[in-house]
Amino acid sequence: MPAIECSDLVLRYGPTTAVDGISLEADSGEVVAVLGPNGAGKTSTIEALEGYRTPDAGRVRVLGLDPRGDHRALVPRIGVMLQRGGVYPMLGPRRVLELFGAYYPDPEPVAALLDLVGLRAAARTPWRHLSGGEQQRLSLALALIGRPEVVFLDEPTSGVDPEGRIGLRSVIDGLRGQDRCVLVTTHELAEAERLADRMIVVKAGRGRAQGTPAALAAAGNDPGVRFSSRADLDTAAMTEALGVAVIEETSGSYRIEVAPSPRLTAALATWLAEHDAALTELRTTASLEETYLSLVGPSLLDPTPPEPGDHEELPGRPPPRRRGRGPR
Amino acid sequence: MRPLLAQVRVETEMTLRRGETLLVTIGIPVVFVIFFSEVHVLPTGRESAVSFVVPGVLALAVMSTAMVSLGIATGFERGYGVLKRLATTPLRRDRLVGAKIVTVVLVELVQAVVLVPVGLGLGWRPGGHAGAVGEAIALAVLATVAFAGLGLLLAGLLRAEVNLAAANGLYLVLLLLGGMLIPVSKLPGALAAFARALPAAALSGGLHGTLGTGGGVPTESWVVLALWAVTTPVLASLTFRWE
Repeated sequence: MPAIECSDLVLRYGPTTAVDGISLEADSGEVVAVLGPNGAGKTSTIEALEGYRTPDAGRVRVLGLDPRGDHRALVPRIGVMLQRGGVYPMLGPRRVLELFGAYYPDPEPVAALLDLVGLRAAARTPWRHLSGGEQQRLSLALALIGRPEVVFLDEPTSGVDPEGRIGLRSVIDGLRGQDRCVLVTTHELAEAERLADRMIVVKAGRGRAQGTPAALAAAGNDPGVRFSSRADLDTAAMTEALGVAVIEETSGSYRIEVAPSPRLTAALATWLAEHDAALTELRTTASLEETYLSLVGPSLLDPTPPEPGDHEELPGRPPPRRRGRGPR
Repeated sequence: MRPLLAQVRVETEMTLRRGETLLVTIGIPVVFVIFFSEVHVLPTGRESAVSFVVPGVLALAVMSTAMVSLGIATGFERGYGVLKRLATTPLRRDRLVGAKIVTVVLVELVQAVVLVPVGLGLGWRPGGHAGAVGEAIALAVLATVAFAGLGLLLAGLLRAEVNLAAANGLYLVLLLLGGMLIPVSKLPGALAAFARALPAAALSGGLHGTLGTGGGVPTESWVVLALWAVTTPVLASLTFRWE
């Protein structure tokens, strides 16, 4: 039995469908990331698993239990980190952890948790005076105090500095080592890649792909050759010389839309040598980021995406921005 | 029991550490008792000022704690997502509500311990028929339930800041119309009739009867308070939004 099962989940808020058929599974000892732009339905999905939302359709089970129907049996076995808030503003980390510890039959020792999340020095600082990152770390500690079998972390890295992110990663690695199941949502691809064993990419309430980071990258739907060189090479001349379309995707990054072959590689290297252009990178598979962007498409900030291949027709167009980080 | 006790400890600690709560639950009532006992500006008729003021301010104290303090704190806990977060801990909802009830009662005991000696020191002599204290406690219990229901009704519906304003506004209205400082009989006819239907006037009227001049608790007080005590908690529990 998987620790988390979610099949064909649908959640509606009035006329809006926030989640439109998401399915995912996670096992004990596994860290699974739900990745997608803001508004993709990540929080709604995790909140259905936590029991905050009743599915309009589909089925959710955590440790084999119905998060709403079996609420009382389930809550001692899960740990929840909300996206924001959730703590009495006038209490310090030690006091809040002691309080939450009293809810559980066998809580983690407060001192050990304070050390784990690096809040020992701020143990008496009221929550409202903690920095954003410290508040997040306290929320994380609160999610862990009951020794949960399943941990839900909703955007745990938002507002956390690089040092805090490293700390979070080691905490999550520790949970994996203790055979706990961790479900984490994030809109940051790099975090998902670093944290998770598997990820599910969601957009507009639907799951677009899932798998290990490597498998997802390999599943990129546009195999081809990518290379980097100096900016503004004459792609038209190159297209003619190589006999295949060459596109400058971003300044200095190029894509050739055919499957790689030894002959193509040699021809490319030759052409670059003739034009005194250094080849600084050559890849024959899509990177995870490229796959991710092809899955989630343009962000809300960029409503008119270029279709593949239309760059030549729009020579004055600025290079596409790096996308995938929706509006904050 | 352990979750309940831990929750009561924290709720009580937070309540007694909030300056604005202490002001409204202890500070203002003490000032009112002293000021209006010594400065005879209230239209208390033949009754001595202090014997009118102390029961009225005890009624105010119950309202301050059960409605204002509880309601505002709960509204902010909802706004900060605390109630939402607690929903996925093993702290059951009935334990959380139970802890809040115990906290309100504890604060009311602190208020009684402060206000009663101050009143006695200023010359307040309860009218004193047998069972007066018991009646006063019964009135306070009914009123606590009614006011707590009212405070939670607002806290469960309004945004935290709006709830703050609403609770304070209601406090002022009920203070003026509730017979706590100004006898309801001094209000113009229609307003007096409206005021008598409010839980504030029912409580202060009852306390004046049992702890003031000693005329006993009017039946009207019991009936009005009991109706409010049944209605507001039911409405609050039906409409309360936890997030």
